[in-house]
Amino acid sequence: MKVPVETKVNNKPYKLEVEPRFTLLEILRDELKIKSVHRGCEDGECGACTVLLNGKPVCSCLVLAPQVDGAEITTVEGLLKDDELHPLMMAFVENHAIQCGYCTPGVIMTAYYLLNNLTEFTDEEIRKGIEGNLCRCTGYVHIVKAIKAAKESKDSGNWW
Amino acid sequence: MRNLLGLKAIPEIEYHRPAELSEALKLLAELKQNYKIVAGGTDLVPAARRGGVSFPEHGHTIDISGIKELAYIIEDSGMVRIGAMTRVSDIGESAVVKKHVPILAEAADQLGSLQIRNLGTIGGNLCNASPAADTAPPLLVLDARVNVKNIDGQRSVPLTEFFTGPGQTILAPSEILTEIQVPIPEATAGLCFVKLGRRNAFTLSVVSVATLVRLKDGTFDDVRIALGAVAPTPIRASKGEEYLTGKQTSEQTIDKGAKIVAGEVKPISDVRAGEDYRRDMSYILTKRAINLSVQRARG
Repeated sequence: MKVPVETKVNNKPYKLEVEPRFTLLEILRDELKIKSVHRGCEDGECGACTVLLNGKPVCSCLVLAPQVDGAEITTVEGLLKDDELHPLMMAFVENHAIQCGYCTPGVIMTAYYLLNNLTEFTDEEIRKGIEGNLCRCTGYVHIVKAIKAAKESKDSGNWW
Repeated sequence: MRNLLGLKAIPEIEYHRPAELSEALKLLAELKQNYKIVAGGTDLVPAARRGGVSFPEHGHTIDISGIKELAYIIEDSGMVRIGAMTRVSDIGESAVVKKHVPILAEAADQLGSLQIRNLGTIGGNLCNASPAADTAPPLLVLDARVNVKNIDGQRSVPLTEFFTGPGQTILAPSEILTEIQVPIPEATAGLCFVKLGRRNAFTLSVVSVATLVRLKDGTFDDVRIALGAVAPTPIRASKGEEYLTGKQTSEQTIDKGAKIVAGEVKPISDVRAGEDYRRDMSYILTKRAINLSVQRARG
């Protein structure tokens, strides 16, 4: 039994017929072919599948497909402007905050939320914020550095 | 649609998404006990993938996440009333919760990760009835009650009576938890919540303790102690509470009280910690929490 779902992904409206036992992760990857949303633990532990659901980071592997009816979803593709990398992405590139890259799209979405919502940008607050995104390469040092650099970028007006 | 890791797919379900509570209550009544309820999905979805959910025949699944009337936080006649569908992150960020019952906001902030808090709900945290449920110890010391409804009416149950075992609650077939009612403590009460996990971030509690203390002329006028992850359900440590009530707030008394608490917990050994460690930490954390509560009660 399929269920109708109307949702917006990266500002583009979709009308879908989904199997309710599938999750948002499966809809994004398998149906909409948005492969930046990475399948990790499928257990809500690793954060590789993080997307913004109505502006807030969630693990897309935990959201049943029909639950996004009427919702807005943002993935890293939604941060691009005419194929130009977002300043936050540039901060990750410039600060070597990416090694294997598997966790990166998820970390970027969490970081994007933190940059728009955190009031304090201490190492502690940033680390607390990204606790739901596992990175097994970087030891987080460069990720924290990149998020701080992105904050400077945002404060100087280089942001969208 | 194909699933590349087919083994981890959720089995086929018969899905219902009521938009209103009345509709949900009707469904619950019709389906008797042959249903699963899903709210935030953070417990049910991964368990279903692992094959750890015994779905009833036809896999009837009632998704209550679309019921907007169940998501709210309001201050009302000396209480903070929280709808069962309220997300954990909304509790952590709520000005009302932070002002009147800050230990609940602290516990909410330490539950899971940002992504989990944005999905998980307070009703789900309680109904999943994990012994380690982070919102339970603060709610237990605050003497919270829960509202439970079915199609015929409702009943109000003290949270101390809600949990009956790991994953087990007093909810009868066709009943649903709708609201958590938290009495606002007097401004002179000292409250504290401490959580110990295997690491600082995104971790399940090995032991968690919440305490509430009211003082009168240097003695304990009211002492409430609740612990998580050290018994089949989150518990109130009534023997420790009884011992301390009416006694002077001396170091020795508090130490003895904490030892009594460590004696009344019933921890298990699992991958996160051994029984002895959990018992020792129940003593240490209870002592710390009571001391902090006393300090806070003194202002």
